[in-house]
Amino acid sequence: MQTSRRTMGTALAVLTMAALTSCGSGSEPAADGTVTLSFLVDNSQATLDTAKVLADTFTKGNPAIRVEVETRPGGTEGDNIVKTRLSTGDMSDVFWYNSGSLLQALNPAQTMVDLTGDPVLKNVQKDYLPVVTQGGRVYGVPAGTALGGGILYNRKVYEKLGLKAPTTWAEFTANNDKIKADGTTPVISTFKDTWTSQLFVLGDYYNVQAAVPDFARDYTAGTATFATTPAAQAGFEHLAEVHAKGHLNEGFGSATSEQGLKMLVEGKGAHYPMLSAMLPPLLKDYPQAATDIGFFGIPGTDPAKNGTTIWEPPGIYIAKSTEHPDAAKKFLAYIASPAAADAVNKVVQPAGPYRIEGARLPDDAIQVAKDLQAYIDKGATAPALEFLSPIKGPALEQITVAVGSGLTPPAEGAAQYDKDVAKQAKQLGLEGW
Amino acid sequence: MTGHRPDTRDAGPRSAGSGLPARRAHATRARRKTGPAYPYALYLPAALVYTVIFLVPTAMAFYFALTRWTLFDSEFVGLDNFRDFLAEQNLSIGFRNTVVYAVVTSALKVVIGLGLGVLLTSKLRLRGFLRSLVFFPVLVSTVAVGITFSVLLKPDTGLVDKALALVGISGPDWLGDASTALLSVALVDVWKGVGLATVIYIAGILSIPTDYYQAVAVDGGGAWHRFRHVTLPLSWPATYSVIILSFIGGLRSFDLIWTMTRGGPGFTSDVIASIIYKQYQAGFYGLSTAGNVLLFVVVTAIVVPLNWFLGRRQVSP
Repeated sequence: MQTSRRTMGTALAVLTMAALTSCGSGSEPAADGTVTLSFLVDNSQATLDTAKVLADTFTKGNPAIRVEVETRPGGTEGDNIVKTRLSTGDMSDVFWYNSGSLLQALNPAQTMVDLTGDPVLKNVQKDYLPVVTQGGRVYGVPAGTALGGGILYNRKVYEKLGLKAPTTWAEFTANNDKIKADGTTPVISTFKDTWTSQLFVLGDYYNVQAAVPDFARDYTAGTATFATTPAAQAGFEHLAEVHAKGHLNEGFGSATSEQGLKMLVEGKGAHYPMLSAMLPPLLKDYPQAATDIGFFGIPGTDPAKNGTTIWEPPGIYIAKSTEHPDAAKKFLAYIASPAAADAVNKVVQPAGPYRIEGARLPDDAIQVAKDLQAYIDKGATAPALEFLSPIKGPALEQITVAVGSGLTPPAEGAAQYDKDVAKQAKQLGLEGW
Repeated sequence: MTGHRPDTRDAGPRSAGSGLPARRAHATRARRKTGPAYPYALYLPAALVYTVIFLVPTAMAFYFALTRWTLFDSEFVGLDNFRDFLAEQNLSIGFRNTVVYAVVTSALKVVIGLGLGVLLTSKLRLRGFLRSLVFFPVLVSTVAVGITFSVLLKPDTGLVDKALALVGISGPDWLGDASTALLSVALVDVWKGVGLATVIYIAGILSIPTDYYQAVAVDGGGAWHRFRHVTLPLSWPATYSVIILSFIGGLRSFDLIWTMTRGGPGFTSDVIASIIYKQYQAGFYGLSTAGNVLLFVVVTAIVVPLNWFLGRRQVSP
């Protein structure tokens, strides 16, 4: 018995030591008074580059605060990491996350520091605030730039065939026919990365809103659906049409977004329905992408109402569990300043306009950003539906792959999505569903 | 299943030696007298881990399946989640795919495994080497296999399509085409799992007494007779194990499908497990827990009678 008691004592001591050491890492201020902030971002190249510049330039101005960038996967896997860490109080001090409908699912009132009326927001454009607001309280500042969701096109191909950017879907289809006749792939699709299949539907929202101005409100209330609103169903029809006409690249079912962008830049494909932010990371290997690739919004039916759908920048938020709220606020105030935008411009080419007062695009901005700015100057933009409504069905990307591969007819796809939306609304516990 | 069966009654370490029988008898007697072989304190860590990591979450799952759960808070909604899960649009596709996948993989593993088993028990040069070669894929991580084959099966640039192009066949987009996706994954599953089936068959075939083969030889039977009338019927226990193992493996398959197609294109290669996983990914924690509870009930409903049936068979073969 003597031995076993001693053994158990030792085991207990080891366990205690392990527990103590595993808890105590990190956040105490160092002896010289410097504070270290952890900053969680997703692992896409553009985000990571931006985050590192922000961290480095901020520390230069504030030597007493160090910022350590941590990464997480993107997509739904990343969503779960963020949710888990927030709900267990284990979140980094500052984190980068989507604005709009995805933010609503994080329960910000319970998990984030309320920034309403705080001087941190001094430089943030007022029309950005709604996408980082819940229940009238503001929680974040914009990270990076807004971006366009529409069609990236190869201007060299257009030049060669004497085409011009279409303002209606019929013109777009006519262009596609000519491009196909020339032996180039008209529309690149990359369904291995399923999220990329949603652009024809999500990027069409500007046209939906132009036809049915109250769609977002009625959709949130459950009275308007995709299947019963012809303008909303058009996105699904477009998807089916480009497949049915044979306008897609070969092997679209297993192509990745990286391959798609390469095809576009190399001129093997003419159009790629995509977010403009996907382009800047490509510039390192393909500098010609800066001038060769342009952008236009997904065309609708009326040339007079031509415009584009834009995605608001993601937000940067402070976790409620942080031990350094003041340092974190300083960091956020810096992020939302023209100085930070200038620093980022030097490393990452902006893919759209900033949401910060006084922050401007550089003169040598890439063509895609210039094209997008032209729409904004015209006032011909609408935010994507996910910034106007808390509901976005999670299965949309599978449904759009099925419709875009000719497996599901567009009307049926729209109806399936409506059911998916209803499920999401119920899970969010919204009124009236 | 006659012949040697290891004695599993004594779970202690076996040190071979002359004093063993006496010691074993002593230990058995001592155990009867004092109850368990070890003090209860030694069971405690395992019991604790099992309770905290398995029993408590399992019990909690039954509760959370009845709630709308966001990780931050949960609200009791009764059986709504079960209704919603059963109304899931692609559940029927998923169910059909699960069964198709299980049947295809277990059938192919039986056929190929038996063939390889016969081949690798014959007098063959490099037999040992070939046996390890066939078993090797079993040892590789499933996710690694999935990623490797996704690259190999790429259209045009993948090795498989390039090889087919050499003989003038233009291969399909294996994983991106709805009609081939599930089947392609099933074939990779067979490639990975057939090694285990082969080993089971080798053991089964080697346990067939040589007398039978000699009898066939005396009667003037050829290789086909040896296979048809001796090997095939007498390796039935092996066939039985292979079917059961690979069928259960096929029913709960997830990792390979998820790494190779994520249930796509669209929903065409979804199985029950990937449907549940997608609910979890979407943040519908209550709903996906309800799906898991249903899966648990279904698996139990299949496994418990099967286990009882198999147990009976083993007693009187």
